[in-house]
Amino acid sequence: MSSYSITEPSPRSKWIAGILVVSYALITLIPLVWIIATGFKSSSDSIAYPPKVFFEPTLEGYVNLFTRQTRATPEQLAATPPTTWYEQIVHDNGMVISGPSRFGERFMNSVIIGFGSTFLSVFLGTLAAYAFSRYRIPLKDDLMFFILSTRMMPPIAVAIPIFLMFRAAGLSDTHAGMILLYTAVNLSLAVWLLKGFIDEIPREYEEAALIDGYTRFQAFVKVVLPQAATGIASTAIFCLIFAWNEYAFAVLLTSGTAQTAPPFIPTIIGVGGRDWPAVAAGATLFLVPVMVFTILLRKHLLRGITFGAVRK
Amino acid sequence: MTDSTLDRVARATPPRVARRIRGLSDRAIAWIFVAPTIILLLAVNIFPLIWTIYLSFTNYRANRPNAEVEWVGLRNYQRILSDPEIWQTMQATAHFLFWTLFFQVLIGFALAWLINQKFRGNNLWTTIIVLPMMLSPAVVGNFWTFLYQPQIGIFNNIISFFSGADPTSFSMIGDVRLAPWSIVIVDTWMWTPFVMLICLAGLRSIPDSIYEAAECDRASKWRQFWTITVPMVLPFLMLAVLFRGIENFKMFDLVVQLTGGGPGSTTELTSINLKREAFEKWRTGYASAYAVILFVTVFGLASIYVKALNRVKNR
Repeated sequence: MSSYSITEPSPRSKWIAGILVVSYALITLIPLVWIIATGFKSSSDSIAYPPKVFFEPTLEGYVNLFTRQTRATPEQLAATPPTTWYEQIVHDNGMVISGPSRFGERFMNSVIIGFGSTFLSVFLGTLAAYAFSRYRIPLKDDLMFFILSTRMMPPIAVAIPIFLMFRAAGLSDTHAGMILLYTAVNLSLAVWLLKGFIDEIPREYEEAALIDGYTRFQAFVKVVLPQAATGIASTAIFCLIFAWNEYAFAVLLTSGTAQTAPPFIPTIIGVGGRDWPAVAAGATLFLVPVMVFTILLRKHLLRGITFGAVRK
Repeated sequence: MTDSTLDRVARATPPRVARRIRGLSDRAIAWIFVAPTIILLLAVNIFPLIWTIYLSFTNYRANRPNAEVEWVGLRNYQRILSDPEIWQTMQATAHFLFWTLFFQVLIGFALAWLINQKFRGNNLWTTIIVLPMMLSPAVVGNFWTFLYQPQIGIFNNIISFFSGADPTSFSMIGDVRLAPWSIVIVDTWMWTPFVMLICLAGLRSIPDSIYEAAECDRASKWRQFWTITVPMVLPFLMLAVLFRGIENFKMFDLVVQLTGGGPGSTTELTSINLKREAFEKWRTGYASAYAVILFVTVFGLASIYVKALNRVKNR
């Protein structure tokens, strides 16, 4: 805008506001920067006093995260010279690698369960949202409120029967069980968000398609879905982040085969005390994708977070 | 029932096309689309809720599935409401709720107001501030125990840098007096952005014309803030408090990783206590009654609050 507006804040107040916000942002970043930095520290640097801000970066934490190790005698070490860079790092600490750790599996579980439940909740959510947006459904408002209210329910209120149901149905500690559970938890948000997006697509497009001889279903697939693509994508990211971060049900219902990363990362322990660089390395690998997503897709995500308030 | 435009379209289309449109009636499509969602939500939310209510009247124990289940009436409820330990966890929860909401509203609103001054690059910085709330509370909470370590933890060292206190002289999660604050600090760090975003949405919904009118009337900036900005953001702020209140009432992952309810039971919030009763002591019936009480409390408080919220909105 070139014209002067009386409601525009003065340059001075803009500066002050900017400085205050940026300093808050920098303070709030410290823990996150510290997680990433600790992942690249050696064990001794990570517990140095005073804490080291500058240090020699090493991949020791990442190697420890992905491997299981046993202590070896000097003779054994001399007998098995390291052949790769990661064996070298372990070797320097007087250890030998005895196999891969469980981290890779747990991470993959998070990926499978996260993407599986996201796909399902967006799929079912889109269908329901379309129906709620375009058709007269008896008790529509009540149903929509019912869908929203399931999100308010504390997971603890339903955790006991879900635990019993899963045990009876053999779903405990399975990927299918966790995907189903997270889908149900995410569905309410997905339906509400997607209904908002579909409401914004003009009905005339579908009506034109119907006149052209499309069936209702074809019109939905060929006209509505492409129009709603952005909305569907941002809803999917929301569902994915929820499933990715979820802890309470995961710790309750999984222990081995289907355990996701959030219950696993806190259980990482090293030899003699907690291996903080390894924990930080695991946390970094787990958290950084979400940070990158958030920054790249900020426009769409911020709308999702405030949807309840903005849409009133 | 279809809307009139469609009916007109249907009447105008040749029968062959019309048959294809009618191939699957609108009502059938609507129900086919909605049914899976409703069924899944019923199965995973409503059915378990009813089951919880049933279990709360029994002495069932999930670790002894073959033992005979007895109907005990209201005994579980009586025992919970007269248990001093439960009242202590309620108190810990109330402390946590009050102070997290207090700080988050204060800081969140201030930040939103500052961001709304529209300085250059405010979008990017908003996103950076939002980062903590997108992350896994369990993983982050677990790492905060490292930040809180006396001597080597960065938190203690930063505090000592500004206050001059010895970083080894206090332990945020080991001290009975400090532990309740340690969880308030991390929760505030994590969730202030949420309150901020909702306030920001509120601030941006105020049309410029109102401020322009006030400016014409020579209202001071201070007066504009209290008579326009605050009342118009209030419904949004109250909504943010509602969401955060419900979330923090059921707070589990962050705190369980941070303090595990300790030291003693100073930070044992109701969800942590409930999890212990249900899945460590395996008093399933008792824990179910506990869950029902919590559920009723949340719903009761939330619906009273929503009534107040609607009154503010309609004013």
